[in-house]
Amino acid sequence: MTENKKKVAAYWASSCGGCDVALLGLHEKIVDLLENAEIVFWPAATDFKYDDLKGYPDDEIDITFFNGGIRTDENEEIANLLRKKSKTLVAYGSCAAQGGIPGLANMSSREELLETVYTKTPTTHNPEGLIPSEVSTRDGVELRLPGLQERVRSLEQAVDVDFFIPGCPPPPNLTQKFLGALLEGELPEKGSVFAGERTVCDECDREWKGKSISEVRRPHEVEIDPDVCLLDQGIICMGPATRSGCGAGCPEVNVPCKGCFGPPAKVDDQGTEMLNSLASILQVGEEGKGLEEERNILSGLRDPIGSFYTYSLPSSIFGGRVDDGGKDE
Amino acid sequence: MGSKPRVGVFVCHCGENIAGSVDVAKLAEEAVGLEDVVFATDYEYMCSDPGQNKIVEAVDEEGLNGVVVAACSPSMHEETFRNVVEDSGLNRYRCEIANIREQCSWVHRNGGTSPTSKALKIIKGAVQKVKRNIPLEPVEMDHSDKCLVIGGGVSGIQAALDVAEAGNEVILVEKEPTIGGHMAQLSETFPTLDCSQCILTPKMVQVSRHPDIELMTYSEVREVSGFVGNYRVTIEKKPTYVDPDACNLCGDCEDVCPVEVSDEFDEGLSTRKAIHIPFSQAVPSSYTLDEDACLGLNPLCCTECSDACDADAVNYDESSQFVEEEVGAIVVATGYDLYPKEEMGEYGAGSYQDVVDGLEFERMLSATGPTGGEVRRPSDGEVPNNVVFIQCSGSRDPENHNPYCSKICCMYTAKHAKLYKESVPDGNAYVFYIDIRAGGKEYEEFIQEVQEEERVLYLKGKVSKLEEVDGSLRVTGVDQTIGEKVEIDADLVVLAQSIIPSDRAEEVSKQLNLNLGPNGFYKEAHPKLRPVESIGGGVFFAGAGQAPKDIPDSVSQGSGAAAKAMDLLAKPTLSQDPQVVEIDEERCSGCGLCLGQCPYGALELNSRGIAEVNEILCEGCGTCVSGCPSNSLSLKNQTDEQVNEVIKAYVGD
Repeated sequence: MTENKKKVAAYWASSCGGCDVALLGLHEKIVDLLENAEIVFWPAATDFKYDDLKGYPDDEIDITFFNGGIRTDENEEIANLLRKKSKTLVAYGSCAAQGGIPGLANMSSREELLETVYTKTPTTHNPEGLIPSEVSTRDGVELRLPGLQERVRSLEQAVDVDFFIPGCPPPPNLTQKFLGALLEGELPEKGSVFAGERTVCDECDREWKGKSISEVRRPHEVEIDPDVCLLDQGIICMGPATRSGCGAGCPEVNVPCKGCFGPPAKVDDQGTEMLNSLASILQVGEEGKGLEEERNILSGLRDPIGSFYTYSLPSSIFGGRVDDGGKDE
Repeated sequence: MGSKPRVGVFVCHCGENIAGSVDVAKLAEEAVGLEDVVFATDYEYMCSDPGQNKIVEAVDEEGLNGVVVAACSPSMHEETFRNVVEDSGLNRYRCEIANIREQCSWVHRNGGTSPTSKALKIIKGAVQKVKRNIPLEPVEMDHSDKCLVIGGGVSGIQAALDVAEAGNEVILVEKEPTIGGHMAQLSETFPTLDCSQCILTPKMVQVSRHPDIELMTYSEVREVSGFVGNYRVTIEKKPTYVDPDACNLCGDCEDVCPVEVSDEFDEGLSTRKAIHIPFSQAVPSSYTLDEDACLGLNPLCCTECSDACDADAVNYDESSQFVEEEVGAIVVATGYDLYPKEEMGEYGAGSYQDVVDGLEFERMLSATGPTGGEVRRPSDGEVPNNVVFIQCSGSRDPENHNPYCSKICCMYTAKHAKLYKESVPDGNAYVFYIDIRAGGKEYEEFIQEVQEEERVLYLKGKVSKLEEVDGSLRVTGVDQTIGEKVEIDADLVVLAQSIIPSDRAEEVSKQLNLNLGPNGFYKEAHPKLRPVESIGGGVFFAGAGQAPKDIPDSVSQGSGAAAKAMDLLAKPTLSQDPQVVEIDEERCSGCGLCLGQCPYGALELNSRGIAEVNEILCEGCGTCVSGCPSNSLSLKNQTDEQVNEVIKAYVGD
């Protein structure tokens, strides 16, 4: 029986850990899974070491669920190792699939990040201004930390990926469906995104109105009408530019879609696509006054990158802040 | 392309226009080296017959399935070459134009960028595009055979008659109780001095009797939806409170009506009753009860007219009716108004009774006017012996009024002077003018004739001041010819007020999605080559709503608009450029973002909640394509892949 069992691995790279919890969120289904599968590596849940992994023959693991983006040298090393040891590598969750929220750090340089985190935040007490380095010596012992890379990357930007299961975290039913397909030997074409083929709007029950924005408002500034499209209410909802498959749970509870499922099938850059669309629906009146009115409307948009690239900055066309030779304000 | 691409490249010299800076022979030679190009040649004028034949021959002999013509802008000859390609047996969209004239040879005449190597890149891009083009057939659809004419002035009347004569049903909508427009108010017309009503009323009668014209007076278009060939129009027919079929024009109602108000047909120079007929030859010939003036349409207040009417034609219970019609073409003939003399601060801002505008003077001259055709001034009814005519009042004055020339004022002022002299032979007429613009058949001769009349003095110069002094109007101006100040004490001053678009123009332009020019006149599709068409198609312009014009021009344009409408209505089906938007039904989620973006209203959500394009309405502008957040929309033969490949061809991989 053991021989027929699928060998499954899971790993947590640069992410919050929610994706590992999401795997556990399968609840009793995990038990069903374990009838047909065997866990061979899952640092968050089982006691395996990197050496165990290194000891496996190549392609030993049937499937690896890799969550988190590539931020450190360690992330990259294990990604490469898991790639080598796995027949199928799945980018699991938004961070692995698109870079995720940690990817917003790509708006700052590595040095700016370290400086901010270790010396500038109000809660930091670091009078000597110490910043961790990769190699340090204490009591004659050399200590090493994994190197912090210049930018966050999605898993695909580091190694070859077979499938993508997006979501922050992926909803259990998607994971379950994927596992079902895996066990049945009915996995889709390599490179597929295991989610819907349309956009979140397809699954959202809100009533669509004029889709014309005269004012950009943040959710806490509005008494949200639970039945009307959030965009119609001036709230930036990424639903139209986000792949379906989540069931539109966020808009259902008055929370605008933040885009965790990544761009729809035919879109390369989720953020520019949404920006482009938004620009087309700003309600500007008289000819000639357009630019001024547009500015007024958009002044309500406090954090464009954070709004449009919440999950996808590393995998966007520009990937993060583009070096401007120090001219950036 | 299905089978392997076999593209032919045809390089045009355009005389020296292209060959002057592009090495055309070398270009043709190098074009053969491009991927999928199997044939290339150059010729002096590709658009000439022999040039076109080269394409037909090559398609046949070389088995081409794609044609790139490297020549001038596609806006010049794309149509020509696509027709040639179609004649040669290929789908017309197997042809692309590489613009190596406007975008290359003309702008690189003086060196810098090498025009020949740039031209090759432009050709390379066109090759990349044409081999990915899919064959398309025109989009066909049915249309309504009816024509709506908005405005019953002379140009609208002409358009309605022409279209109806061609056998199409016409709905003529006029906001006033009668058709005829301003022309019905005029006394005589320049330069022939025909009686205006005498030449107009036969046409009005023709309209009323024409079996194919449905005349809707006292009516206004309230809503228009749909598109070329298939407009749905809602027209409000306001209540006249008089049954036109029963009314026998006895006039008893008018005699007993206790309410007197200013008569708009006489430009306020006389009064009329609340129940009235604008003038005796009005069409339809029936009374109208002006509900704003009436004591209240309430039998408790007054029933005089109803009581007096032996024909039982008066009905106080009438109310607005909203009529829905489907029409294929629309002629917009909403006409003009005069720039209010109240705007003319320098000429008393309308406060002097004896300063009148052109239309008021027409009524004073008219045999059917308040004075029976005798020129008598409004203030005291005296015959004025000194009349000053001021041309360009409100026109050609960009600082204070309208910047444009109103075109007809030189002529009608001359006519006014002449008619005044006929009425008051001993009177003096003074005409202040900037220039005399008399471009028109027999117009200059007419001006000269008037200028030679005795006691008609043309003064080149502007009037700087107009004030009331001792009961007469002191006009101060300059005679530029002698360079001296002139002061005239006038009994009457006639202002040749600027022509402005009718107050309906703005609303109609919104209803029909028409563009207005900077001065509020309708903007035609092309100022020279498409002067009666709107940009969107299906709507045509007639008369002074498009620009100030005189009667012959208005009539001509009415006929022109009618011809365009007939051309459209005569087609068994309408066809449209098929390079329209296509929707990926597997991807579209019906978010609806595209709907509001489409300037033509061509998109809607279908019953499955997915965007659907109306191919007849779609103009292929691509706004929705770039606005679609899921890239579910694409433009046929202008796909993202094509655009990307063209860019790659330009900049290298």
